[in-house]
Parts: sequence; structure tokens; C-alpha cells
Amino acid sequence: MINLQVFELVCFYAFAVITVGAALAVITLRNTVHAVLALVLTFFSTACIWMLAEAEFLAIALIVVYVGAVMVLFLFVVMMLDIDQEKLREGFVKFLPVGLIVAVVMLVEMLALIGVRAMHAQAMGVNPATAAGQSNTAWLGTALYTNYLLPFEIAALILTVGVVVAVALTLRQRHSAKYQMASEQVSVNPRDRIRIVKMDAVRPVEPVVAAAPEQESKP
Amino acid sequence: MPTFNDILVLLPEFYLVAAACLLLLLDAFMKPEQRGVLHWISIAVLLVAIYLVIAGQPPETVTAFGGMFVRDRAAEILKVFSLLSVVLVFIYSRPYLVDRKLFQGEFYTVMIFAVIGVMLLVSAGNLVMIYLGLELLTLSSYGLVALNRDSPLSSEAAMKYFVLGALSSGMLLYGMSMVYGAAGTLDLAALHGATAHAGMPHLMLFGLIFMLVGIAFKLGAAPFHMWIPDVYQGASTPVTTFIASASKLAAFGMAYRLLEGGMADLAHYWQPMLAVIAVLSMAIGNLVAIVQTNLKRMLAYSTISHMGYLIIGLVNAGPEGYSAAMFYAISYALMATAAFGVILALARAGFECEEIDDFKGLNQRSPWMAFLMMLAMFSLAGVPPLYGFFAKYLVLQAAIDAHMLWLAIVGVVFAIIGLYYYLRVVKMMYFDKAEEGVLTKLQPDATLRVVLSLNALVLVALGIYWGPLLGWCKQAFVG
Repeated sequence: MINLQVFELVCFYAFAVITVGAALAVITLRNTVHAVLALVLTFFSTACIWMLAEAEFLAIALIVVYVGAVMVLFLFVVMMLDIDQEKLREGFVKFLPVGLIVAVVMLVEMLALIGVRAMHAQAMGVNPATAAGQSNTAWLGTALYTNYLLPFEIAALILTVGVVVAVALTLRQRHSAKYQMASEQVSVNPRDRIRIVKMDAVRPVEPVVAAAPEQESKP
Repeated sequence: MPTFNDILVLLPEFYLVAAACLLLLLDAFMKPEQRGVLHWISIAVLLVAIYLVIAGQPPETVTAFGGMFVRDRAAEILKVFSLLSVVLVFIYSRPYLVDRKLFQGEFYTVMIFAVIGVMLLVSAGNLVMIYLGLELLTLSSYGLVALNRDSPLSSEAAMKYFVLGALSSGMLLYGMSMVYGAAGTLDLAALHGATAHAGMPHLMLFGLIFMLVGIAFKLGAAPFHMWIPDVYQGASTPVTTFIASASKLAAFGMAYRLLEGGMADLAHYWQPMLAVIAVLSMAIGNLVAIVQTNLKRMLAYSTISHMGYLIIGLVNAGPEGYSAAMFYAISYALMATAAFGVILALARAGFECEEIDDFKGLNQRSPWMAFLMMLAMFSLAGVPPLYGFFAKYLVLQAAIDAHMLWLAIVGVVFAIIGLYYYLRVVKMMYFDKAEEGVLTKLQPDATLRVVLSLNALVLVALGIYWGPLLGWCKQAFVG
């Protein structure tokens, strides 16, 4: 049986080394796609370290939000900005090794993590969440909405300012542009748009017997 | 648990948030030709906020939200003056914005959000609050700089400001995390006691250095001053006025909270570091300002040197020093609004009036504006009996009290060097002939002229009768 604390320490150092190495790769790699992939690895390893520190919610949020959403967006942007068409086409094979390495390292990290979690190691001191008899997420939520309520609200305010400024900077009202006015569309009177014409269902066909042969004989 | 009393302590801030959101809605539902009213509503909103800050002033220091927010005399004074300077910015900038078709509701709401950031920052009782207040202020400032989006200079300035600002925020945050790691608390009051006997003193110092970088960047002190000239020049003049006034008051508040509130026990470490920053700022600011031809850029370098003087007050690390530094910050805010106010009053559509040559012969065109500008320049230079002189005098006095005579001497030497470029502007206004083709008409806005005159004359009044204001500043730190 391995000493639990030693194993946890080894895991921590391994994750830390990978985090720092990947972060270095982000700023040193010339290929932007590689750099983004390295950034993914940085986030993932950081999440693993947080998991070791029993901050499950933060770790999962980091993976779901950053790795899952933001980084994929990054990758799209980087790939879209890449003007070199040839590079793009050969991308899959070229990026495959790096992608594979990132994936393998992540897998190993996850396995190690599951191992540590399964053995319920307690090397990081008393976790306030455990001490309170709550899950990490519940404890975090309680702290966020009681002791840290004011900072939480101000963070919301900062996001509001971000949205306001983003709209102010990008919205250009062009007078030549055509807009749909939903309110006008809804409140339109059908009579203004469609003219209903009364006409007989059956109309006697006028005899055209006299004209037909004349047309046919022309060519 | 937060209670209703906590909310009452934050009444001015909450009121401003609600008012800013309402203004945003009002702006969205208003017809473009009615939007002029927003200007007056915004000013009224800020004046009410000033009233709330003064009227709701508690007799002694009060904290709210478990120590997150501190409402004390120092915060009140800084809040009143930063709100006041935003009112001045609004009054001065209206004709400028209308002339350039930049008049839009967002200018007002975003600036109110920025001043909310100032208020939260100067009242912060926790490292998290310092960071969030700072972010609210700087994010709004980036937006305000970029708001003049058709100008390439503005976009460039906003980009530089954003990148460097993000870097400095990162440094500050890094320092905070180190301090948290060493002391185990984010609360400034708790840090105050924990710094001296923290488990890891080296980690603490490491964090302190990074936090100092953040403070120096926010103040715009050398060697973290690179953004100041470009942002001052690139931003539209109203935004520059804001960054030079309310933003500097906020930076002083942040420095006070972090250094005195949290790190007072480590003063013997940060005093020499700040002294070096002060000397560098005074040297770089005053020497580089001499060769500038653009007035806004010159005033930017002058800001850097003034921040050097402000830091001398902080180096004292005692109540006398803090009150001198606060007095200095207020004086700088008032002088900067006056100087930029004159630029705004002279600017017309298509004519920024920001080159120093544009001021040639101003006395013949408009003697009153030339006189106001002269007051602002003399006050910035520190010529007695104007406000700027006494602010400088008190700061240098504080350096001597802290047994740093050499720092005071350096300060005096650079103040004399600095005289040159302020006097050059005055000389051009009074003794040079105006160039051909310079527009001679002034902004017709009567409110602007009256308020600007008051602003500049206050510099004289406070220079002669500075007792009460200094008394308030002292009260904030002694009592």
C-alpha cells in the first residue's frame, strides 16, 4: 500500500510541473493552435490542483467554463484568423500529435486524481466545507451569498459595465439599413395588405374558336 | 449575515448604482433630440450623491458587510471630491461632446459607474473589494477612452491602457494572493495585525512588492508611467480630465487602504521603495515635460511628477504624511480640472486646442481665459500664494518630519525645474503673437464659463485660506 500523503504530494508536484510547463508553452510556441491547446492543458492541470485542495466546484467550473466553452471559442477564433489556407487544410494531421499529447496527459491526470479521491487523503489541513458538514458547492454558495455578498454584487456591476461599453463601442446605427419593426408588423391591418376581390367561382369561357386556327397557321 | 443596517451604510453607493441603471434605461427610451436633458439629470444625480455622502456621515468609522466596506472620514472626503470633480467634468465637457457628435448617454452612465468604482475603492476594507473597486473604475475608464471610436489615436490609447492596465491588475492580484498565502486573511483590518508576525515574512514582502507595483501603476508613477502620456493625449479631453482628477483621488485612496490599512507594520520596507518611486517620478515627469509640444501630453508628464510629490506624503507613513498626501491629491484634482477645463472651453469642432502653440497670444483673444489658465499653471507649478504651493509645502514638510531631508531637497529642485514648462505656457499666452488662422471665438456655454472661473478662483481662495480643508484632512487620519 502506498503512503497516501506521499502519493498526494507526488500528484501535486506532477500537476504543478505540468501547469507551469504548459503555461510556458503557451507563451513560447509559435503555432497559435498549439498555444491554445497548451492553454487548455494549463487550465486542466490547475483544475486538478484545485481538486486536490478539495475545491471541487471551482475545479469543475474551470473545466466547464474555460476548457469547455472559452477555449473552444479561442480555438475557433485562432483558426478563423489564420489566413494561410494550406496550413488549415493540413491542420488535422499536423496538430494531431500535440492534441494527442494534451489528451493523454489529461487522461493520466484524471486517473491519478480519481486514485487520490478514492483514497480520501487529507493532507491539506481541515477543509472549512468538511468542517461545516457541507458539500464544497453548498459551502461556497453560502459564503458567496453571506460574507462575500457585496463583492459578488460588484462583480455583477462590472459585468454590466462591460456589456454597456461593448454595446456603446460596437452599435452603429446606420440610416441606410433596413429594420424589421415587430410592433408595426403585429399591429398591421389585414385590409391594408390584402385586397379581397369578389368573383364568381365559375366563369363562362368565351368562345375562341375563331382565333385559334388563325394562330396555328402562322408559322 | 448582511442586514439592513449594512445597506444604509452603503446608501450613497447603492443610490448611484440605481440612478445609473435608471439613466441607462432613460437613455434607451429617449428620442435623440431629447437626450440633452440627460446632462442635467446626471449632474443632479451626482449632486444628490454628494449630499447623501455628507448628510449620512456617521460620527465615527463604521464598517459594513463584515468589514468589506469601511466608511470613515478619509473615505468621505475622497468621495465628495471625486464626485465633485465628475460634476465639473460633466459641466466642462458638454459643448465639446456636442461639437464632435460624441454626446451620448453612455458617456454619462459609464462615468457614473466609474465614480461608483472610485467610491468602493476608497472605502474598501478587504483585498477583494480593493480589486473589484479598481476593476470597476478601470474597466469603465477603458471604455470611456475608447468611446471616441472614430479616432485612431483614441483606439490606440484605449488598447495600450487596457493591455497595461490588465498587466498591472494581474500584478496586484498576484501580490494579493501572496499576502493571502502568508497571512491567511483578505481582511485589511486583520492583515494590519497579522503582517508583523506572519508565518512567512518573505512571502509577505514578495506580495507587498507586487502590490506596490499595482499602486504605482494606478497612480501613474515612474517607472510604471508609460501609459499616462498616450492615454492623456489619445483620450478625448473630457475623459482625460476624469482620469487626471477622480481617478487620481481613487489611486490615493487605494494606496492609503493598502499601505496604511493593511501593511502599516511593514512600513520600514515600503518607505524606501516609495521614496525611489517618488524621485523617479519627479525626475522623469519634470524633465520630459519640458520638451513636449502638445499641452495634454505636457500635462500628462506633469501628472507623473505630481504623483511623485503625492508619494512623498505617503513615504512619511504617519497621519501628518497621509493628510498632506490627501491634501495634495485634492489640490491636484482641482488644478487638473481647471487646466483641462480651459482646454475644453477653447476647443471647437475640428480644433482640439491641445497644442501649446494654440495658446499663443491668448491674452489678446480672451484675457479672462488666459488669466484662468495662468492661475492653473501657477498653481500646478507651485507658485505662492496659490493652492499648489501649500500642497507642495506640506508634502515636503512631511518628508522632513520623516527624517528624509534629501527627499525634500530633491522635491524642491525638481519643482524649480518644473517651473520652466508651466511658465512657458504663460509666456506664450501673454507675450507671443497669435498665429494666423487660430479660431478666436470661445465656447458660448455660460455654465461652463462660470463654473470654470469658480474652479480656477478656488485655487486662489484655497491658497490663501487653506485651514479648514487641511483641518478636515488631518481629522481624517488623526482622530
